[in-house]
Amino acid sequence: MTQLLQTLISGLGQGAAYSLIAVGFVIIFKSTHVISFAQPALMAAGATAVALLTVQVGLNFYLAVLVAVVAAAIAGLGIERAVLRPMVGKPVFIIAIITLGLDVVIRVITNRFIGADVRPMGDPWGLERWELGALTLQHRHAAALITTAAILSALYLFFRYSRIGLAMRATAFDQETSLAQGVNVGHMFGISWALAAALAAVAGVFIGAGSTIDQQTWYVGLKALPAIILGGLDSIPGAVVGGLAVGVVEALFATYQSTYLPFLGSNFSIVAPYALMLVVLLVRPYGLFGTPEIQRV
Amino acid sequence: MATTTRPAPADRARGVRAARGSRLRGRRDLYTSYAQDMALLNTPGKRWGVGAIVALGLALPWMFVDPILQIFAIGFAYAIGAIGLNLVTGYAGQVSLGHAVFVGIGAYTAAALTGDVDGRQIGLGLQFIVALPAAGVVAGLVGWAVSPVFARFRGLYLAIVTLGLVFLGEHIFKEWTSLTGGLGAGRRGAIPEIMGWRFDQPGELLGVTLTANQQLFYLTLVLLIVFAVLARNLARSQVGRAFSAIRDRDIAAEIMGIKLSRYKAIAFAVSSFYAGIAGALFYTVNTQIDPASFGLLLSVQYIAMVLIGGVATISGSIMGALFIAFLPFITRQAPILFPFISTDPSLRDGGLINVFQLEAALYGVLIILFLILQPRGLFGLWLKVRNYWKGWPFSH
Repeated sequence: MTQLLQTLISGLGQGAAYSLIAVGFVIIFKSTHVISFAQPALMAAGATAVALLTVQVGLNFYLAVLVAVVAAAIAGLGIERAVLRPMVGKPVFIIAIITLGLDVVIRVITNRFIGADVRPMGDPWGLERWELGALTLQHRHAAALITTAAILSALYLFFRYSRIGLAMRATAFDQETSLAQGVNVGHMFGISWALAAALAAVAGVFIGAGSTIDQQTWYVGLKALPAIILGGLDSIPGAVVGGLAVGVVEALFATYQSTYLPFLGSNFSIVAPYALMLVVLLVRPYGLFGTPEIQRV
Repeated sequence: MATTTRPAPADRARGVRAARGSRLRGRRDLYTSYAQDMALLNTPGKRWGVGAIVALGLALPWMFVDPILQIFAIGFAYAIGAIGLNLVTGYAGQVSLGHAVFVGIGAYTAAALTGDVDGRQIGLGLQFIVALPAAGVVAGLVGWAVSPVFARFRGLYLAIVTLGLVFLGEHIFKEWTSLTGGLGAGRRGAIPEIMGWRFDQPGELLGVTLTANQQLFYLTLVLLIVFAVLARNLARSQVGRAFSAIRDRDIAAEIMGIKLSRYKAIAFAVSSFYAGIAGALFYTVNTQIDPASFGLLLSVQYIAMVLIGGVATISGSIMGALFIAFLPFITRQAPILFPFISTDPSLRDGGLINVFQLEAALYGVLIILFLILQPRGLFGLWLKVRNYWKGWPFSH
């Protein structure tokens, strides 16, 4: 029982980071109807920026995070303007493949900075933890959960009450109508990319926290894909639930699979989210909270 | 129409003549029958062009040194896989990021069937002539088996589901050590031995000594021609038209009586068959299979071949595959021209970027540039050139 609870706690802590990346995916999908495969690379780029700023430059960790997040947001704006804006109106599949190309390019640039070594994250949490009876709660997991909750509340308020948030919701609902109402749809695309990139950078910090950054770190960011599919592509609460679920499932498999399902091979927990995604999709093709697509001829 | 009356003999004879391609003299572009229009080589230019390209292809082994021929052979193996991906993604419009899995299945099937019986990994010691079709068939069957799952999804959902398949497939390849040798070790690729003749060893045929790479070049070239013609025929058949209908508007296609699940299954099965053959051939040329190589990167490479070559064209797939095959070769020449590009993987000589990073970055940059600037790929570039000269000196 203790072991199960412990697994759930660390799974949720890890899942919080996945949720942040997944929310970025959903924000981009809602405004542009495209899945950006560049999110994992942006996540790795943000994490690398923080690692370099703290350890190499010697900046304060929180300041470094702020710089990285702002830089990621600006990069998101730039990428959208330079690469994706010319493609507005083209088939979504083509744009998705462009983001796949972007992913490769951003990753190469990031890897150039990471180099062959592993880079320490330089976060203040490390592997320190609180003992709560028989259970332990790692500081980094607590920080991830609290930050995720804070960011999600801020996002909720932003979408609910701000002018830009309203314009973004209008754009997500119907691009042409919102154009006719005076919304600058192009700016909304840019803002959603900036938001998504910033969220990815924050997520990168928590994925690197207590651990190190290397050339394979971006791989972790791909786990947000099963998360958004689980939750439904166009649902922000779905992305959060999906991200947490992916984290928990991964932790459960890491703890119990070698005992109960040894035939699946070692390290199955890494691919367990994808298996979970396939199972859920067979039952619910639009995820748990997604809106079924209305198809017209 | 079921009620067509039989044409009079004279009409029928004219129809047959028209179908065989009798044309008015000097009217090269005038088609008098549907069959002429749909013919494989429907213009004199194509007839001469294809003949010239095949003749050039047969002559290449005597014009280039062995390492270049090996790149060509790899390119031909890639091309077969790219044609397969183009059938499912370009013609049938089902975006698949899972191609790498089927390439892997083909590679391991062929390797296991031809492998040493007493070797450390599974080996049955069969002939290549059995193993190669088997590689295609096994991959095709797996493609057929998973197609009911894939047929449920459209567009980007499908892309992510197939991405999931890549991760599961990679996991299985890494863990099934008795077949694949496991991470870091790997196993030998298929041995190309037919009737005691080894294609991967120098040999003498009709008094001419052929190097291993020359033979592998011919082996892959002949197979590529066979599979390219087969794919082209499939694409212009009723099945191919059904694919295009599904791609352009699946619901409309369904209303017209095209069974979506059936044709999607055909598309995935045929595409996987091609991928399996490509995998078997590639690792015959490359000799060593590493289970980590069937990941997302390989799928992206195949997507790049299709997009750079030209979506929904067979000749484009071949161009794109050769382009991607030669990309590492080109990037390795880059440090000579650009001193800031380093050949040292860890950049100890102070270079800005090394050739491997340059190669990876080029995949991405080329995909982006082609999609934005030339969406029809190399094939589209060729069309532009052709149409310019067709109308020369007029603009159109």
